Amino acid sequence: MTETTEIRQGPIEGYLMVEPHVTRDGDTVTIDAASVYYKYVNQAIRAAIADGVTTVRVINVNGQRYIGNGLSGTDVTIEVYGTAGQDLSMFMNGPTVRIHGNAQDGVGNTMNAGRVMIHGDAGDVLGYGMRGGRVYIKGDVGYRVGIHMKAYESLVPVMVCGGKSRDFSGEYMAGGMLVLLGMNSQFDGPIVGGYIGTGMHGGVIYLRGEVEPWQVGKECGIFTADEEDMKTLGPVLKEYAEEFGMDYDEIISVPFTKLVPISHRPYGKLYTYV
Amino acid sequence: MPISLIQPEFKVEIDYDKCHKCGRCVQQCGWGVYSFNERPIPDDSKCRACHRCVTYCPAHCIVIKKNDLALRDNANWTSALRKSVWRQAETGGVMLAGMGNDKPYQSVFDHLVLDACQVTNPSIDPLREPMELRTYLGRKPDNVEVEPDGAGGYKLKEGAGVTNNIKLETPMIFSPMSYGSVSLNVHKSLAMAAERCGILMNTGEGGLHADLYPYQDNVIVQVASGRFGVNPEYLNRGAAMEIKVGQGAKPGIGGHLPGEKINKEVSETRMIPQGSDAISPAPHHDIYSIEDLRQLIYSLKEATGYKPVGVKIAAVHNVAAIASGIVRAGADYVYLDGFKGGTGAAPQIIRDHVGLPIEIAIAVVDQRLRDEGIRNQASIIAAGSIRSSADFAKAIALGADVVAIGSAALMALGCHMCQGCHTGSCSWGLTTQKPELTRRVDPEWGAERLSNLVHAWSHELQEILGALGVNSVESLRGSRERLRAIGLDEQTCKIIGVKPAGM
Amino acid sequence: MEFNPLLERMPTSKMPSFTDREGLFNEERPRYAEEAASKIHGGCGLMGICDESGTPMSGVEAIKAMAVQRDRGNGLGGGYAGYGIYPEFPDHYCFHMMYHDIKAKEDAEAIFDQYFVVDLAEPMPTRPVKGISDAPLLWRYFLNPDSYKLESSEMSTEDFIVHTVMLINSSVDGAFVASSGKNMGAFKGVGFPEEIGHYYRLDEYEGNTWVGHNRFPTNTPGWWGGAHPFTLLDWSIVHNGEISSYGINSRYLEAFGYKCTLGTDTEVAAYLFDLLLRRHKLPLELACKALASPLWTEIDRMPESEQAVMRSLRAVYGPGMLNGPFAIVLGFNGGMVALNDRIKLRPLVAARQGTRLMVASEESAMREVLDAPDKVWAPRAGEPVIARVKGQDWPIHGDLHLSASEVSCAVTGVESSCETVEVN
Repeated sequence: MTETTEIRQGPIEGYLMVEPHVTRDGDTVTIDAASVYYKYVNQAIRAAIADGVTTVRVINVNGQRYIGNGLSGTDVTIEVYGTAGQDLSMFMNGPTVRIHGNAQDGVGNTMNAGRVMIHGDAGDVLGYGMRGGRVYIKGDVGYRVGIHMKAYESLVPVMVCGGKSRDFSGEYMAGGMLVLLGMNSQFDGPIVGGYIGTGMHGGVIYLRGEVEPWQVGKECGIFTADEEDMKTLGPVLKEYAEEFGMDYDEIISVPFTKLVPISHRPYGKLYTYV
Repeated sequence: MPISLIQPEFKVEIDYDKCHKCGRCVQQCGWGVYSFNERPIPDDSKCRACHRCVTYCPAHCIVIKKNDLALRDNANWTSALRKSVWRQAETGGVMLAGMGNDKPYQSVFDHLVLDACQVTNPSIDPLREPMELRTYLGRKPDNVEVEPDGAGGYKLKEGAGVTNNIKLETPMIFSPMSYGSVSLNVHKSLAMAAERCGILMNTGEGGLHADLYPYQDNVIVQVASGRFGVNPEYLNRGAAMEIKVGQGAKPGIGGHLPGEKINKEVSETRMIPQGSDAISPAPHHDIYSIEDLRQLIYSLKEATGYKPVGVKIAAVHNVAAIASGIVRAGADYVYLDGFKGGTGAAPQIIRDHVGLPIEIAIAVVDQRLRDEGIRNQASIIAAGSIRSSADFAKAIALGADVVAIGSAALMALGCHMCQGCHTGSCSWGLTTQKPELTRRVDPEWGAERLSNLVHAWSHELQEILGALGVNSVESLRGSRERLRAIGLDEQTCKIIGVKPAGM
Repeated sequence: MEFNPLLERMPTSKMPSFTDREGLFNEERPRYAEEAASKIHGGCGLMGICDESGTPMSGVEAIKAMAVQRDRGNGLGGGYAGYGIYPEFPDHYCFHMMYHDIKAKEDAEAIFDQYFVVDLAEPMPTRPVKGISDAPLLWRYFLNPDSYKLESSEMSTEDFIVHTVMLINSSVDGAFVASSGKNMGAFKGVGFPEEIGHYYRLDEYEGNTWVGHNRFPTNTPGWWGGAHPFTLLDWSIVHNGEISSYGINSRYLEAFGYKCTLGTDTEVAAYLFDLLLRRHKLPLELACKALASPLWTEIDRMPESEQAVMRSLRAVYGPGMLNGPFAIVLGFNGGMVALNDRIKLRPLVAARQGTRLMVASEESAMREVLDAPDKVWAPRAGEPVIARVKGQDWPIHGDLHLSASEVSCAVTGVESSCETVEVN
């Protein structure tokens, strides 16, 4: 072992530990994230916002984590082109993030405010513990979507998934609104898996169409959404339809099912005391 | 000369200022402690501290205390030993006792701790997410053979797959307690609860009363050395049959239900004359060796179109080799009964000094069957003092498929472990045939309480599984890696296949 | 034996100290310094790709997919397995060996010499790479069982190989079989996967199927043999997650003669696939259902004939069920299968582009390799994603088959367990 070969730099090494190429055009900044390590991409996003730009375009994104993480302020929009990495918009508190592509797992984790618009599919555990803001996904989502969403005073989170979701959607849900449309899906089969709303003790879930009772957690009541419900749901769906260029009337052409918790304390009788 | 040197064990104190003089205590006590002369007068010498009177006293004015009578301290000659000598000198009799071993042997269970998940794998929420306890009891093939079903899927090959197994919704059943040793209402309570919980009750060796026929799919019918009530109909009614070779509380010892307990109903169920003694010989006289056991197992199968047959043995020193022989003899399950298991009546000296702890028995049997590649051929049922869901979980982690509860089930029905089962005067109406006592157990009430207990322990087992990060009980079964020992010697750790804590 | 400093190696079981590694970064790779000091998050990452047309792909594709998932590991393990990589030796078993020292090599080679005909033995081609140190002696052997020895063993060829692997791993100190299949090999070690890929010169190999892994070890020390993939015959497994049922899975396998010497989850997964597919001849789909079983509530909703199959699978293979979070990719000659745990606790995504089917922990890994996928999707929990190389039978395995008890007696040699039982 006398000689050590340097590994070539390039995509084969994964991400490069370099600052991304940044260009500014008026209020818009474009960041080229191609093969740049997430840390440097996110640094550039923060620097641009600190500089007062209103639109940050991040192009050639592939798997970079934490985009939008912990950002505050309502007057900024981040446009992401490519496949966004894990924990997109986690802890976010205000900005709008639009993904032109798919997102991976953990979108909107513990998010406080702001909007995430995903023009593609998203992965598992979306909106975990989300306390406010809106997450709209055009296509399919994975397991444990909207898990433990909660509401607090004026903060009421809303998540709308245009495709289909899997098991444990809205698990432990404590507040907010989760909407599943089942429209833009690449999968056959039901709109949602099993255990939807299991452990739910607050908030509301709306599904376009019907569910089988076995799919629904034992803590939920199953109802048909009425006019009063549509008054809350309507504006959300209008905004959603507009974002993704869908027909609002078609979305509401099918009756919605509403799932709400039967009790705020579903386990009151489970325990006995020493 | 005094008739007896033995002083009362308990003192019954009544606060007469509070006493309603209602006589409820007189009526409730099955032991005849109370007489009534304007107010209840207790005879301390008859009291067994079963708390029946205390529970039913409307004025809450009865207190049972230990008789504090001092004997000179002697760590070697304990007062219990001295009392035994006096009693046996008085009577020349064998000391008889009910319930299980009460000596302070080390509990292996109490020296085992369970694991839980942190970070590297998630614990699972048993209240919201699936947490499966369903268990199939019986012989499993070595593998599953399938063939294409012609529609793109697969079907079992003819005769392949798991057949003749009994589905349990939770890996817990009720242990055998015969009608005769316990009352019919106890049997009914057990049967109804078994049906509600999707588990099994076990007739014990006293036959199956006609009132239990509606629950027969949740009943194991036992065949013991006395063959009471055993006929083709009896065998065919059960979900499974069980050959009782031994009992943890009295390994190698037979049984004797005195004629006074053989009333009309018991007589009909056991198919013996009223008033005659029901004697269970110590061995089965058609089983003097392992090949005879095989002969009996297959005889039972022949008689019933090959229903599952289990064999119940007491945990004794070479239990692993015996269990292996039982499995090779064709048993569908082996029921291991540890030396702290209960009994209606047993010689105290046997109850307290013979056999093995169930923890050891589970561990060595499970390992031996694995070493021989036959673990799949039979299920292991473990009993003999499963006291809580912690014991339940630890027994399964050591390798049991299913646990059986007897003492705990009786406690659910009111038993206070006064150890007077053999007297036939159980104030709680459990181990008696006296109609005025047996009617104290309403089967509906009993079934409810037993179901509650089964559900509560099952919930707790689910909590344990969730903490362990598995969502199905088969992933805990035999998973000794999830146990650690605290304060067990190295040899014991090795025998039970559990690492010391910290390793 | 004379001391030969060139052949002395650090023990393979030595865990490179994390501070050493940090020091290394600080000194020679300043651009990682800050990251290495603060990084704790992450898990494992994996990939699998199969060109179903059988067209070979460079090992670089696998490296690319792993490099982009770098943050899922911690530099304490990376590895790959490639299939169809030894076209010049298609009918030889190829043993990739790791030796702690020359003595271990001699001991293992004594076994090869006694039971096999070795047609080529050579050091693994490697190139020095920064960040890779403490490598064991790496050798590979193209061999076949000695026909006389095989015949007298009364075993199938596959079982003969399996027994040899178990023998070396459990009883030859300092020797470890990294892989033992035909026309395939495992390339693994301690380092980030892109470093390991370069170290083993994967750019010089072409295969129709590749699996790759990036490791974040917590439960076993980071040592060369402990990196993924784990292999047996031509099975290779990469795995993300921790199998919480390891304790009973390994005890179950031991009854069939497998020796779980590594104390890792992934090893048991590899052996379970060998048991179910090769020895018990279960169809791949059903083997996956046995290892990631449907819930009883799902089974109860199935048609009766399917219920009977599933009920039997669960009742018989319950001790083998992999419980807890996992995503695994199983590679073999003829394809690969990717499988998730029964309630999807670890990520797994899939994509298809033409004849290429790919899976990974993150979509970005697939986008790095496939420029225009026809389809990208997330498989369901417990639903296998299966790729088959056209024209290849699979899984390609011979016959065998002793009963469980016969195997266990033969392999463990537990004669005492057969003692006569006498009761009364």
